[in-house]
Parts: sequence; structure tokens; C-alpha cells
Amino acid sequence: MAGITSYGAYVPLYRINRMTIYQALGWLNPASLLPGEKSVANYDEDSLTMAVASAMDCLTGIEREKIDGLFFATTTTPYKERQNAGIIATALDLPPEIRTSDFTTSIKAGTGALISAYDAVTSGSANNVMVCAADCRLGKPGGFQEEIYGDGGAALLLGNSGVIASVEGTYSVSYDFVDNWRADTDRYNRSWEDRWIRDEGYGKFISEAISGLLKKYNLEPKDFAKVVYPCLYVRAHADIGKRLGFEPGQIQDHMFTAIGHTGTAYPLMILVAALEDAKPGDRILVASYGNGSDALCLQVTDEIEKVRDRRGIKGYLASKKDLGSYEKYTTFREILDIDTGGRGEEVATTQMSTLWRERRMILGLCGMKCKRCGTPQYPPQDICANPKCGAINEMEYYRFSDKKGHLFTYTGDVLAFSPSPPAIYGTVDFEGGGRWLFDLNDCDLDSLEVGMPVEMSFRRKYHDVSRGVHVYYWKATPVRA
Amino acid sequence: MAEGIKDRVAIIGMGCTEFGERWDKSAGNLMVEAFTEAIEDAGIEKKDIDAAWSGTCYEEVSVGKSAIPLSVTLKLPFIPATRVENFCATGSEALRGACYAVAAGAYDICLALGVEKLKDIGYGGLPQVDTQVGTTFRFAFPNYTPPGMFAMMGTRYFAQYGLSPQEGKHALAHISVKSHHNGALNPKAHLRREITIDDVMNAPIVAWPLGLFDCCGVSDGAAAAIVCRADMAKNFRADPVYVKALQIAISSGEEMMCTEWDYAHVETTVRAAQSAYREAGITNPREELSMMETHDCFSITELTEYEDLGISPRGRAKEDIEAGFYDLDGKIPCQPDGGLKCFGHPIGASGLRMMYEMYKQLQGKAGPRQLKDPKFGLTHNMGGIPPLNVVSVCMVGL
Repeated sequence: MAGITSYGAYVPLYRINRMTIYQALGWLNPASLLPGEKSVANYDEDSLTMAVASAMDCLTGIEREKIDGLFFATTTTPYKERQNAGIIATALDLPPEIRTSDFTTSIKAGTGALISAYDAVTSGSANNVMVCAADCRLGKPGGFQEEIYGDGGAALLLGNSGVIASVEGTYSVSYDFVDNWRADTDRYNRSWEDRWIRDEGYGKFISEAISGLLKKYNLEPKDFAKVVYPCLYVRAHADIGKRLGFEPGQIQDHMFTAIGHTGTAYPLMILVAALEDAKPGDRILVASYGNGSDALCLQVTDEIEKVRDRRGIKGYLASKKDLGSYEKYTTFREILDIDTGGRGEEVATTQMSTLWRERRMILGLCGMKCKRCGTPQYPPQDICANPKCGAINEMEYYRFSDKKGHLFTYTGDVLAFSPSPPAIYGTVDFEGGGRWLFDLNDCDLDSLEVGMPVEMSFRRKYHDVSRGVHVYYWKATPVRA
Repeated sequence: MAEGIKDRVAIIGMGCTEFGERWDKSAGNLMVEAFTEAIEDAGIEKKDIDAAWSGTCYEEVSVGKSAIPLSVTLKLPFIPATRVENFCATGSEALRGACYAVAAGAYDICLALGVEKLKDIGYGGLPQVDTQVGTTFRFAFPNYTPPGMFAMMGTRYFAQYGLSPQEGKHALAHISVKSHHNGALNPKAHLRREITIDDVMNAPIVAWPLGLFDCCGVSDGAAAAIVCRADMAKNFRADPVYVKALQIAISSGEEMMCTEWDYAHVETTVRAAQSAYREAGITNPREELSMMETHDCFSITELTEYEDLGISPRGRAKEDIEAGFYDLDGKIPCQPDGGLKCFGHPIGASGLRMMYEMYKQLQGKAGPRQLKDPKFGLTHNMGGIPPLNVVSVCMVGL
């Protein structure tokens, strides 16, 4: 039996009320107001960091050494050349003997990666494949898409043992239906007429895939505890389920008014929410949308009870903070070309050879543990930092990214340039030993206290626009949810 | 057994420019200004100098690398010259090079000159040199500035000793008010305005809990010293100043990487002070020291130094501060010239500027801020950040 063996999710801390966007730019397009709020990645988050955060949640209690595949699905790859999945695998400190791939250019790439991972573990070519999907799409200021698109991620682990939800079948349709598109050089999506998308694409392909699946496996809507599919239009979303013969209670909440449309991650995030409430024996039907549709039939097993300790959608939805201002939103997304001051302009060349050599230290947040005295230390040392030890070359790698920490001291720095001042940073003492200085984010200065617990979060350290480089590192955040 | 350099080296001439925003002066102009004063004060000529040490920290916005700029600017006649750099303790490092060379018997007369031209960077504060912590650490260091790194010592000190932010900031405010009072008496100081406790408490925050008046000036300037063999010092002047101790301590990494260090004191200061007191034969610094210039880049730095130098009891500097112990008319006046706080902080020059004040005070030439019969002066110069730094402690006397 092959299927999902673990799940995780990530929703960034910030939400923006759609009315806040409308109040800023509604005068341009008075018909654009949509209900609710959407999730917003912090200025140092992107699809890649959110994929790592989802994967960290999914890896709770999982031995990382067993993972031999990592697929990343997104339409917003930070890099067009340099494999993004490879960055994620390094950040997760996964072993190098691993198959990595990016699945991209369609918002159904999340289910595409999921089916490919299922095929890999079914065929036996891989044993445990992690699928991470995340998106951070930009709608042009003042348009519908800006209000629709939310940011988030989901991760699913596929394997053959400890299956919590077996994959019972799949069915796909693919069409070159050009509802939304973004060319190589575009920052923002373009789209064709709304009514056409709703009626000829969104309203048809999901139904076609689900009907095809039901027919192929001789199933009926009543055989499913939940049906999961993304929402592009709130009313049309309900209509699709109704037309297919699902009762409203069978349709999993789309979260459109809580987080928005999160691209490739969207159907997988709704699936994770469904898994959080699923009981052994439940059947779940999942369908994506985007240039066609992929549908999967899942059956939940008794093992589901063993993976309840994730933060998941529930935990991350409950932990939120209103961003408050549209100007802050456009600053975070680098839409507004703000004055960084001379200090903010000082970015040295990024030494790729250094990043390669120190990849476990920088991307993987690994230090060393002394084999003689047992002292964890960061960054990696040849000579033990413990003054009572001083052993030379008796070190083994030691991962800090999954360790809890405590804030030993901190400051909020107004002089340092930050897109979200003050720049908050502090000294973190890790449980089990080790100390380092880290930027802090997803917090207010006033909420910090000496000694408070923190956890590590993978973030973009800087974006050197002129040299086309995104550099990633770890920051500390208060423990969420 | 090494004996140290006590009483083997004398300072016979010093020079120090006015510190401040010297928009119309280049680093070279400032070097000449300090050098000219120093050799005139020593009563020597350029040809009498055997070797030179040049101190500059941020060569990127100043004179560039090496000692060549020093030699070429001063037209030194093909003598040995060395550039040193140890962050904000650079000036003391230049002095140490010159003193140790004389003490070693290698030379009779040496020059130490420190210079920094910080006001050519185009924004406030110190230069944001991305790679100053190295091309690997740059990826792993937070987005910091110096005020923040020292502010964390404030946060930690307040927490450790149970001070509310208000109580802690009040003690710190007294330090800045005292230094502004002293700086106002100094014609060469960058900041020459008296301030009140309320000014400090109400100033905008730079890095919590430090506000604008908790931070020192960022200045242009240069300072120089002429040192010679102690046994020949009286040939040049009647009142040479003798080096009693010159010690330095550098972080081992344990503060930064292990979890024992409390971030409420600076370990290198403790170590360097112990070595310096031993070298100078000081057993009770609280009773024996007459005055000091310490590295007051931020008010919290100065507060912890009172304890780390063994003068105030651990965790109780606040009591001495508020009793006026370190004021100009107190038992051990600290920063009689205004300190980094008000004299200003041109990095490479600061260690030598501290010595300039001790030298002038010992000679009775400190004008309106002259102390009564000082015997022993201490300079304390720190470079880096509290978890990773270098500290130099130097003692001088007549």
C-alpha cells in the first residue's frame, strides 16, 4: 500500500483584510471588492521559505535520513535556473543521495508533484518522497488578482509504510486553457475575461476530473467523507460540488476568505485541513485546477492517529496578525520601490563558492557537536569552543534548525535598514546547548522578553536585485500556535 | 620570565586634532595636524623617528590599506612602518606596537598615529561593511549595527540585576550627562553641549533600550604619540609620562558559542584589566586609580566597564554612578575629556585620544577640566561587539 505518510502546512503570520486593499486602490476598480482576508508572506518569505516551513511541520517525528526524494511545486520559483528543490533539500539537511525536482508553470503542479511522488514510491524507485508546494503570486496593484492571491504552503510525505491515507486512484485532464498566464519576463499574472474563466474553465475541468475518477473506479459522491478542490469564485465553488451530487457538508472548507488562493499549494492545503479532521476509513477526493485538473482518491487509515501532533492548517490559521496597511504589503512584496537609505544599499557580492562550501552551516543551520565533551556549537568549528575541552578535529555535524531555543537577550535596532523596522535580533540559547545571534521576525519588540521560547524559521536573508541573488538563512521567531 | 614593559617606555609627545565632522579635511590633513602637534610637543624632528605604526580601521572610506598612506603623507624617510587594525581598539594597537618595539630595544623613538575619516560614507553611524565579519560570517550574522549589539547588553543587564527599563535607563542617563558636562569643557570635542537626564530619557530610540544620547559621536579625527626609551625621556622634557602597563585580551569564542557568558559584562575587559593591574603593580584599583578614559561607545558599555575593571562591585555600578563616583569631581573621574561620547569616535584615533587626555592631565595641562594631582591614569579601548571583541587596557603615570 502506497500513499501519504505525513502532512504539514504553513500559513504566514500576516493577513491583510481585503477591505484594506480596497481602501487603498478600490477607486481604480470599484467592482473589485472581495470578502474576508488573505495571508501575506513576510518580507523575508517566499514560496521557497514557505515550502521549507511546511516541510518542517511535515517532518515532525520523521527520520530525515529515510527521505530519498523531494519535489517542489510552485509557479513562483525564486530561481529560473538553480534548482529550488535542491535549496529546500539542503535547508532541511536531507542527505545528498536524493532525487529532487521542481514542478512548475501551472497551479495544478501541486497535484502533479503528488501523483509523480505516488508513482515513484509505487514503482519502488524511491521509498519516501516529500512533496512541498508553496506559492507567493503577485496580482497587479488595483486588480482582482491582488485580492485573490494568498501565500502559503503544504507538504506531504509519500511512502509505502506507515501510510495515513492510501492513494486509491487518480484521474487527470489537461488543456491549454489560457485563463491566467505569466511570461518569462513578467512579474504579474495576466488574465482573460473573468466570466469565461468561471464558466468554461473553472466550472468544467474540476467536474470533468472528478466525474472521470468516479467513473473509472466505480465510485459515487456518497462514498466520500470529504471532497477537496480549490476556490476561485465562492459561489461557483459551491455550485461545482452541488452539480456533482455532493452534500454541502461533504465539501471541505475552501479557506478563500481566510487565506486566499495559494496557487499550487491551495488544493494540498485544503487536503491537509481535511486530513486533520479525518477518521480512519474516510475516503477523501482531491482535485486541483489549472490548465486542466488532477483528481485523486484517498482512503484514510488507522495510522492517521499517529500524526496528529502537527501544527498544520488549524494551528497556523489560528495564529495570525493583521498587517494593517496596504503600503506595508506592497513594501514586503517589493512592489513599492522604497528608499532604503545608503545603509540599505550596502550589499557585497555573494560568494557562491563560500555558500557551497558552507552549505550545511548556512542553508542547513548545522553546527558541530564535540565528540569528546558533547558541547553543541555553532558555527562549525575544528577546535572545540568549550574552554575546558579544546579537542581538535573531533567534531560531528549537529543540526540546530529543529531545536527549540530561548531568547537570551535582544534589541530592536532602528539604525539598521529593514523593510519592517526596527530590525529585531537577539542571542538564542538552544535547548541541549549552543548559542548564536539571530535576526528575529514575526514579532513586535514589545512582545519580547528575556528567556522566552523561540524556534527557527528559514527565511530569505537578502535579495540582491542587481546581481539576481536570493540568499537564505535562518531566523528566530516566537513559537507560533 | 617575561616582566612586561612597566617603566621601560615613555611618552614624550602627543598630538590630537579637533574631532568632529571635519568636512573640509581629508584623512591626510588630519594625520599631518596630529603629527605636527606631537613632534612639536616632543621637541623632535621627523628624522629622529626610527619606526612608525599606523592605525586605521575602515580603510574603505579612509586612507586605504597598509602603512604606505602614513609614510607618504608624512614623507617619512624610508623608515619601517606598519599598519594595524583591531576594530575600535586600533589606536591602542598602534601605541602598543610602538611601545613594544621600544621596550624590546629595537628602536629608540617611535611614532604611533591613528586616523579615521568616517564622515565620507554618506549616512549616519559607522560604515555598513558587509564583509567586515568575514565572507562566511556575513551570511550568519544578523542584520545588525553596533548600537544593537551593545543594546543587547543593556537588555540583559537590566534583566539580570532586576532593573526596570526605566531604572536602567536612568542610571545610563547619568553617564551621558556626565560625559556631556566634561565634553563641554573641551575645545577639541565633537559634541560640546550640556544635556539633562530628561534629554537622555526622552531621546529617540536608536536600538532598544539605547537612545540617541546613549550613543557616542561618529567623528573624523587623528591622534599621535611619540614614545621613546624611558632612560632617555628626560632629555626631551621634564614631565614625560611613563607606560606602567599595556595589555590586551581577545575573545576566545566561548562567549559567543557557549552558554555560560552572561552578556551583562565583557570578559576581555576583566582579563585585560587583571593583566594590566598585575603589570603595573596595582592591587586595589578603586583606591589607586586617579582617573580613566574608558571605551564608552554606548552608555551601557561604560556602565559594565566600571564593574569589569574591578572598581564597582558586580551588579552595583548604578550606586557609584548615582553617587557621582565617576563624575569630574568624583573619586575616579571617567572620561574627563568627554570620552567617545562627546570628544567623538574616529575609530583608529580613539585609543590614542584617550591617552592624549591622560598625558595632558598628568602634566597638568588639561585646562578647565584639570584634575587635582592625578597619579595613575587608565585607558580602556574596546573593539568589536560584546560577544566577540578585543580590549586593550593601558596604565600610565609620572
